[in-house]
Amino acid sequence: MYLTSGAEATVYLKDGVIIKERVPKRYRLVELDERIRKERTRAEARLISEARRIGVPTPIIHDINGSTIKMEYIEGELIKNVMTPQLSERVGEIVGRLHSGGIIHGDLTTSNMILHNDKIYLIDFGLAFVSRIVESQGVDVHVLFQTFESTHKDHEKLIEAFCRGYRKTFLNADEIIKRVKEIEKRGRYA
Amino acid sequence: MTTILGIEGTAWNLSAAIVNESDVVAEVTETYRPLTGGIHPREAAQHHAKYASQVIRDLLDEGKQHGLGVGDIDAIAFSQGPGLGPCLRTVATAARMLALSLNIPLVGVNHCIAHIEVGKWKTPASDPVVLYVSGANSQVLAYRMGKYRVFGETLDIGIGNAFDKFARNAGFSHPGGPKIEEYAKNAEGYIPLPYVVKGMDFSFSGLSTAATDALKRASLQDVCYSFQETAFAMMVEVTERALAHTGKSEVLLAGGVGANMRLREMLDIMCDDRGASFYVPEKRFMGDNGAMIAYLGLLMLESGTVTYIDRSHVNPNFRPDDVEVTWIVEDVGKRGIE
Repeated sequence: MYLTSGAEATVYLKDGVIIKERVPKRYRLVELDERIRKERTRAEARLISEARRIGVPTPIIHDINGSTIKMEYIEGELIKNVMTPQLSERVGEIVGRLHSGGIIHGDLTTSNMILHNDKIYLIDFGLAFVSRIVESQGVDVHVLFQTFESTHKDHEKLIEAFCRGYRKTFLNADEIIKRVKEIEKRGRYA
Repeated sequence: MTTILGIEGTAWNLSAAIVNESDVVAEVTETYRPLTGGIHPREAAQHHAKYASQVIRDLLDEGKQHGLGVGDIDAIAFSQGPGLGPCLRTVATAARMLALSLNIPLVGVNHCIAHIEVGKWKTPASDPVVLYVSGANSQVLAYRMGKYRVFGETLDIGIGNAFDKFARNAGFSHPGGPKIEEYAKNAEGYIPLPYVVKGMDFSFSGLSTAATDALKRASLQDVCYSFQETAFAMMVEVTERALAHTGKSEVLLAGGVGANMRLREMLDIMCDDRGASFYVPEKRFMGDNGAMIAYLGLLMLESGTVTYIDRSHVNPNFRPDDVEVTWIVEDVGKRGIE
């Protein structure tokens, strides 16, 4: 079953397993293209596993082959469809744990979170990277707040609840939240 | 009919033009060329100061030949930034003086947005994702809700400056880009160089250093080729992501580095694969030119935006996303779908 096709990868479900394949880009030189797709696939798989080690639920990686990852299929509800302030607080806790561990997700949206067995799973680490810089963490949270605003009612309550959870698991939370407000004013990353 | 005189002088090109809604009526350009090394900001500013009155005089003469008198000019536009401080101040002074002596409004315009708007004017593009590449600037922009938003940009130096820095080390004269493009044509192979895309942003400073370093172990041709391939792929990747993110279906290339044929080819392939249209204006509107400043001034004046003299100070770090876009009227129906 075909799930999504972004600018970078196609994702499909086969025999109960998720297969994510980074597609070749014709505009790039073949050897450069292959190097980048391989590097990114390895980095993505590594960060998915690393996130789980620091207490963030993520899919289990089954196999990496060139620019293809096979991983666990998480069945459940997209947070996008079931969002409440209670869940937002738990999202905050998870993102706090991720940032404490030095990982930036890079594409935090409520479509990249799945509620499964009463646990919130983070998926799609395609744009994830390692950083402990306030700006990177701030942009990560800012992107999430933007999806709150564009797809959820009562986004102020969701933001408030998120911050409560984020503070619980991340010592630097206040500094990041302050930065998020600055980033909003800049009007970038629209 | 609105007629605007615009002056550009953010860096090495001093250029003035008269435009109206339908076309460029006259344009005069005087370029500063450093004897050695790169652009020296003070020397470039002195060049602009030396030639400003001559350029304006020649421009008005050219206008006269097309039946336009000084009295037909409705406003003076100038590039308020971003750019080299001394150059900006010189051009701003000339613009203020003209506006005051002719007793017409002054319009300070953002240089980056002028590149975009002249491209939209001179190609069929109407609502594109823009890749703007020049010496000091490298950005991916698109219009959304009242502003040109920056979706991705360089974290350090512009692609043109990255080329120039490498070119000086390789012994080429300014500007380096065209020479690098020539050498790249005779390359025999690709050598690995750092490909740095972070989120939606890219970085060229380390790449330029790595390319210089690679000259010790690879041929000049191969290094030039590999430098171009790597740098351009980074920017095309971010442009593609911006297309996917915004759901737009056009790409516009702007800025002096847009003259590079390999960059055009890569964008063309990417657009082809995504079913998007790719637009490049003719060369005279790609590099810095007075016409684009005058044209954006025209759009701003017609939508009621002018710059009062006491608010006309230059801004060397003027960001395109600081500008409230008053001249784009959004289709209400289309906005509802977004």
